Amino acid sequence: MSTGTEAGGARPPVEDTPQAGTSAPASAGADGGALAGTGTLLRFMLRRDRVRVPVWVAALLLAHVSTLSELTGLYGGAEARASLAKTMASPAGLAMTGPRHYLDGGYEAGAMLSHQVLGFYGVLVALMSVLIVVRHTRTEEETGRAELLRSAVVGRHAALTAALTVAVIADVLLAALLGLTLGGSGADGTTWQGALLYGAVFGGLGVFFAAVAAVTAQISEHARGGSGMAIGVIGLAFVLRAAGDVGDGTLSWASPIGWAQRSYPFAGDRWWPLLLMFGAASAAAAGAYVLSGRRDVGAGLRRPRPGRRTASAALVRPLGFALRLQRGMLAGFCCGALLLGAMYGSLLGDVEEMLEGVDVVKEALAEAGGTGFVESFASTVMIVLAVLAAVFVVIASLRPRAEESAGRAEPLLSTGLSRVRWMWSHLAVALLGGTLTLLLAGLGFGLTGAASTGDRGLVLSLTAAALAYAPALWVTAGVTALIYGWVPRAAAAAWSVPVYAFLAGYLGQILRLPGWMNDLSPFGHVPRLPSEDMDWTPVLLLSATAAVLLAVGLAGFRRRDLETK
Amino acid sequence: MDTATTAISVSGLVKTFGRTRALDGLDLSVGRGEVHGFLGPNGAGKSTAIRVLLGLLRADAGTARLLGHDPWDDAVSLHRRLAYVPGDVELWPGLTGGEAIDLLARLRGGIDPARRDELIERFDLDPTKKGRAYSKGNRQKVAIVAALASDAELLLLDEPTAGLDPLMEVVFQDVVLQARAAGKTVLLSSHILAQVEKLCDRVSIIRLGRIVQSGTLSDLRHLTRTTIEAETARPVEGLGELPGVHGLRTEGGRVHFAVDGEHLDAAVRHLSGAGVRSLTSHPPTLEELMLRHYGDELAALNGAGGTAR
Repeated sequence: MSTGTEAGGARPPVEDTPQAGTSAPASAGADGGALAGTGTLLRFMLRRDRVRVPVWVAALLLAHVSTLSELTGLYGGAEARASLAKTMASPAGLAMTGPRHYLDGGYEAGAMLSHQVLGFYGVLVALMSVLIVVRHTRTEEETGRAELLRSAVVGRHAALTAALTVAVIADVLLAALLGLTLGGSGADGTTWQGALLYGAVFGGLGVFFAAVAAVTAQISEHARGGSGMAIGVIGLAFVLRAAGDVGDGTLSWASPIGWAQRSYPFAGDRWWPLLLMFGAASAAAAGAYVLSGRRDVGAGLRRPRPGRRTASAALVRPLGFALRLQRGMLAGFCCGALLLGAMYGSLLGDVEEMLEGVDVVKEALAEAGGTGFVESFASTVMIVLAVLAAVFVVIASLRPRAEESAGRAEPLLSTGLSRVRWMWSHLAVALLGGTLTLLLAGLGFGLTGAASTGDRGLVLSLTAAALAYAPALWVTAGVTALIYGWVPRAAAAAWSVPVYAFLAGYLGQILRLPGWMNDLSPFGHVPRLPSEDMDWTPVLLLSATAAVLLAVGLAGFRRRDLETK
Repeated sequence: MDTATTAISVSGLVKTFGRTRALDGLDLSVGRGEVHGFLGPNGAGKSTAIRVLLGLLRADAGTARLLGHDPWDDAVSLHRRLAYVPGDVELWPGLTGGEAIDLLARLRGGIDPARRDELIERFDLDPTKKGRAYSKGNRQKVAIVAALASDAELLLLDEPTAGLDPLMEVVFQDVVLQARAAGKTVLLSSHILAQVEKLCDRVSIIRLGRIVQSGTLSDLRHLTRTTIEAETARPVEGLGELPGVHGLRTEGGRVHFAVDGEHLDAAVRHLSGAGVRSLTSHPPTLEELMLRHYGDELAALNGAGGTAR
């Protein structure tokens, strides 16, 4: 959130609102009270979002354009398309993408786009709409700024109406631009009618979730609660459609994302699911107005639940405390790692067929491993899983930095807790949690891999292959600790470790970057199990490096000033 | 320095942040069992000094001893014996106030549950709310309760009542007086002069990172001017020529002037020669004490604002 925009944007209503009351009292009265000031608020919100919304719209548009051109380029031949369709027909493929119907009839680029990205990018447009609505309603109330505005000539429903309007404007803009761009692209299998339908259902998803956010913003007193609940609904919608598309399709009809996908743009084009979407959106929005009319400014419908009066025995130990602060994040990463691993594992059975269609990957994998396709594919997937765990490690190791700059380290460090124990407790969560994330990713990969290939030995070998990356994670934690201990302001630079590891280790193989670039990353020194043999030397060296980095980082933190406000 | 009677002794403390000299040769001495007021406006260096005493910041020069130990080297063992309330308390959004109180007090070495419950009740705090739901004043209460519920011998309070309402201010003063009665030492940084006048045995006034005045309130008052208003039988002659008399005004039989502490006796004797009918005198308020040290800054500020007096 840019404060510059806030400060600049805060001016118009302060100037304009009195005008609405003084120079045009008649019109303010005629608005019927509850909606008075909506126009002014709308202009104000559009002004505050003048950068944010165009960036979202442009990013989603670009994502579509680049995906479409990629699909057109990669699957020009009928053979490649048929092979891809076959891969996508597996349960894992359907769960990740959309209903089976798209696979019939050639599976050209247009149908591929609708099948593969309408669901994924649909989640993003839903997220955009949710964030817009919550930001202009509950966030404003929580910070107390809404109170200031409501004391002027602003009706009870004005902010909600204006916020919904901003989201709808963004969604409609996106729908129109998508329709025009996709329609004019001339890609295989695209038609003007399909393109316009695609834009309409895509925008429709945004509008529906904007209405959902309008409801959840009434329920919780906190913006995080409001957006969290709405994001939960998005997640539920995605899971329902995934389950439905793998099964007989019934569950998909309970999900708005399912409705969007089942309008089949570029694969039959039916318009009526749009009606379902707008009907549901109108019902949700109406519900939001009813709820909004029943509550006080700043209050929620759900009373915050009272928590514990006293701390548990675990909380007052440094490690227990660090774990408490990070447990939500850790649980999320553990589940995500298990699911991601399981998803890749379920593809293992199809992997040889899948690779037929993608020559570049095939060559790169063959070069890297030289053993079987399954092993080389698994080795490449390991890098992705290790990078995911490294992201957790960086977040967890940067937690002390976040605590310190928020002023929450100061009261703790003026108790009997030493600096080293405080920082070490957070690093321990990073080291152990990162290793656990890795273990679960490998386990998920191994379990579904074994199921899809029938090779039981994969459970153990893939879990071990993932764990071989643990020392690289520890080095990542060490680098973060080192920077935080000595140059806390530069601590965010630790993000370069996982980013570089991904670029050099994963994309580097496909782009055929020189080997020394991968050697710069700690992840580049890990033996690439299972396609290579285990080599203990780099693993031990990495562990020793990690220990030194951690010790030096802790020493730096011991001797520097605490950053205070 | 005698560690049996001195809780805090600081001399020549210097702390710089880049080009800013936040502490510029600070000297401070606080006796055991005393409530010491640490006065000065925002930015004078109060919080920096307290953070050096807590070992959160490392001094560039000078020495500091806290309960006979070095605050940087012995930070952890010292922290078990002291409690700190920052002026701007930040809490963990997902932890309740009660959890934060327990956490802070237990990490300090222990909590007296009965005392905690009593303080929570007195401060009218709901300990079951999550940190993100507390107002500024309630966050402050959490830190105050955590500090006072543990058995610390030294309390470092950095503008502890910022954001508290007047009722809670009274409770706070009462609790601090209780701590003093229990023999605890308190360093109270504040710019609420009424609070300092009520609670403190001695005060130190800090300006630009240096102590400009230190002593008991009556010592300090002695150093400044007393305002006198008197009605006399005969007109008073020659009062303006006396040393230490300032701002003399005569209206009919009434005189109005201020006199330096050391010349008070002579001025009153002079008045009585003219037959005093009524006499009122005002000791200098803490405000006037502060203004004596900060008056020039204030004048400069007012001048810059175009409202010179």
